[in-house]
Amino acid sequence: MKTFKLGGVHPNDNKLSRDAKIEVFAVPQVAYVSMAQHLGAPAKPVVAQGDKVKVGDMIAVGEAFISANIHSPVSGTVDKIDEWIDASGYKTPAIIIKVEGDEWNESIDRSPDIIKDIRLTDPKDIIAKIKEMGVVGLGGAAFPTHVKFMIPEGKKADYLIINAVECEPYLTADHRVLLEHGEKLLIGTRILRIALGVDKAYIGIENNKPDAIAHLTELAAKDFKDIEIVPLKMKYPQGAEKQLIKAITGREVPSGKLPIDVGCVVNNSGSTYSVYEAVQKNKPLFERVVTVTGKTVKKPSNFLVRVGTPIKELIAAVDADLEHTGKIVSGGPMMGKALVNTDVPVVKGTSGVLLFHEMESCRPASHNCIRCGKCVEACPMGLEPFFLSAAIDKELWDRVEAHHIMDCLECGCCQFTCPSNRPLVDYLRTGKKVVGQMIRNRAKK
Amino acid sequence: MSLLKVSGSPHIHGDQSVSKIMKYVCLALLPAVAVAVYCYGFGAIKVLSISIASCLFFEWVIQKYFLKGAFSLNDYSAVVTGLLLGLNLPASLPWYMIVLGAFFAITIAKMVFGGLGNNIFNPALVGRVFLLVSFPVQMTMWTKPVESARLWFFNGFHGMEKATVDAITGPTPLGLLKEGGVAAVQGSNYMDYFLGVMGGSIGEISALAILLGGLFLIWRKVISWHIPVSFILTAFVFSGILWLIDPTRFADPVFHILTGGLMLGAVFMATDMVTSPMTKGGMLIFGAGCGLLTILIRTFGAYPEGVSFAILIMNAFVPLINRGFKPVRFGKEVRRG
Repeated sequence: MKTFKLGGVHPNDNKLSRDAKIEVFAVPQVAYVSMAQHLGAPAKPVVAQGDKVKVGDMIAVGEAFISANIHSPVSGTVDKIDEWIDASGYKTPAIIIKVEGDEWNESIDRSPDIIKDIRLTDPKDIIAKIKEMGVVGLGGAAFPTHVKFMIPEGKKADYLIINAVECEPYLTADHRVLLEHGEKLLIGTRILRIALGVDKAYIGIENNKPDAIAHLTELAAKDFKDIEIVPLKMKYPQGAEKQLIKAITGREVPSGKLPIDVGCVVNNSGSTYSVYEAVQKNKPLFERVVTVTGKTVKKPSNFLVRVGTPIKELIAAVDADLEHTGKIVSGGPMMGKALVNTDVPVVKGTSGVLLFHEMESCRPASHNCIRCGKCVEACPMGLEPFFLSAAIDKELWDRVEAHHIMDCLECGCCQFTCPSNRPLVDYLRTGKKVVGQMIRNRAKK
Repeated sequence: MSLLKVSGSPHIHGDQSVSKIMKYVCLALLPAVAVAVYCYGFGAIKVLSISIASCLFFEWVIQKYFLKGAFSLNDYSAVVTGLLLGLNLPASLPWYMIVLGAFFAITIAKMVFGGLGNNIFNPALVGRVFLLVSFPVQMTMWTKPVESARLWFFNGFHGMEKATVDAITGPTPLGLLKEGGVAAVQGSNYMDYFLGVMGGSIGEISALAILLGGLFLIWRKVISWHIPVSFILTAFVFSGILWLIDPTRFADPVFHILTGGLMLGAVFMATDMVTSPMTKGGMLIFGAGCGLLTILIRTFGAYPEGVSFAILIMNAFVPLINRGFKPVRFGKEVRRG
């Protein structure tokens, strides 16, 4: 079975919500729709205070090259165009909508039928549709999907890879989509394959999801000969773009380059499903599957949630032991962000909400580095976290740069494996920030 | 709900910790300790307990009154140092020398550099070499192993006293080799050496017990095979080449890897995380250097045994090796699949 070679760790996968069917979550009373829920420039609001909006109406436009449109997840009145806290803990521009009823834009096809015949055949039309519907990567980074498929002049795509790895422990949102919307996902994959102009697409799934592998392999064998399901040996961080490309194609994205430089485009499975909905159902991306789980959650669940729903409403629905909850994380335990409060709304990139028991919320005390080399062994990029953290501590920025800090994925393998509990990723993040700024300043000159 | 805790990712941690690693090392040393106690009886127990107790004491005193740092005894590193130092000493060593060795190991070799993780040289080996250079006579006065243990078994406490006080001394195989050449060790029983029936430091005599511990450490992922294998293999190959050149002058390779501290050094001393290289390539070079130097010192040097010196010399090269042997980077060169 395939996997990437260099580094990686094996955290306990703890997929507590594995068997919880996707439930449609209640529409919130008030929706807080962030304008900066994708990578790149924030979207610009196109509605004003007091405007009436329906579900699926465009409320903000992504004007910059890397940006995305945002559509109303609810129907009601625009209450305020203001700022609201997001998962980073900072305030970002947001449109706050008071919900009245649940009236959808008429252009959205709400029928349950699966449409197999692809409605658009020209790659340009498909990409324009994806852009119009505000589809972004649902894995966490929320990179606008249409940008990935606009291949720069002089480059050629050989591989389309759909990322259904879900290597983060606990999260099961992608897994449930594979099981419950398998056929739609395959149609979405075919749409993207046409958009990219390649003959074949690959869907990478880790072998801790044997049911999903079996289900999709069966479907693909019947009607989707242009799609290959690739089972992957479980190892974190296989869902990282570069590691997934290595595992499936054997190609290595060179340091500082993009997947397209080795002829690959990778797209998350959840957003591939959104592509299906956008193209076949004319439905913008305004809701997504979110896993709500953790050691203090009595009813680990997968919800289909409208963007803008405050996370506290999700937590209220899973019968959580809040008394003993010490930390709440948006995303997975390896790369997710710890929330400062639960007013933070769901955004397009929210893959999960994870509740930690207070006993597992604090980091164990950190000790001297014992130079065991486990961080070097675990690093999937072949870096030396022990050296980098020491150099960052001493602010030797030139050496930090020379030791390839910018290759760091912040995947957390080094810190996960460190027997001295050193806060390696904290150091690495600091180093990346400073060195990244240095590089940008140099480019300006 | 109390206040939420906020920290950077990752939010989970693997199950490794320093104290766990050190406890695994202690566990892995148990077979060697058992052989030591079987062969040397009370002498072994005395050496080990004095050594461990004084290492713990000096670590505590320095941490509390000089470094004024956090309590560090619970990381078990001082226990490991004490255990390894004790296993590297002869059973008949007077108690104050053991205390002195422990003092040197903990204070000069470890705490002066800033405690665990900052030392350049393996503390237990520094302690041993300090004693070897300062008290060469006592450090090379070996009790004949099984006889002293038999005295203990058959005569109880009285025998124990007799075994340690009127130590029945006999040379180590390597001592014989140095004194009398190859002829003096002709006809040695290698199975005896493998099981531990020979003179030497209390912990180094049984290759079998040490290898069992080494396998356990590899299984628990505390050490990797690279250093022990390259150490033993290099020593074997190099002494083998010498032996092929002139079997009447040089001992055979099996003799070399089974005698002296080679096994203990290769499995437990050279693999000390703090003082060995980071990458697999570096570890192979490090182990090879240790093996080569050991045989060089044994055959051409003044001392019959060279493992401690070899490892300490290679310890000094670790920063250099770490510079030369970098991990393989992802995406370093473009490869089209």
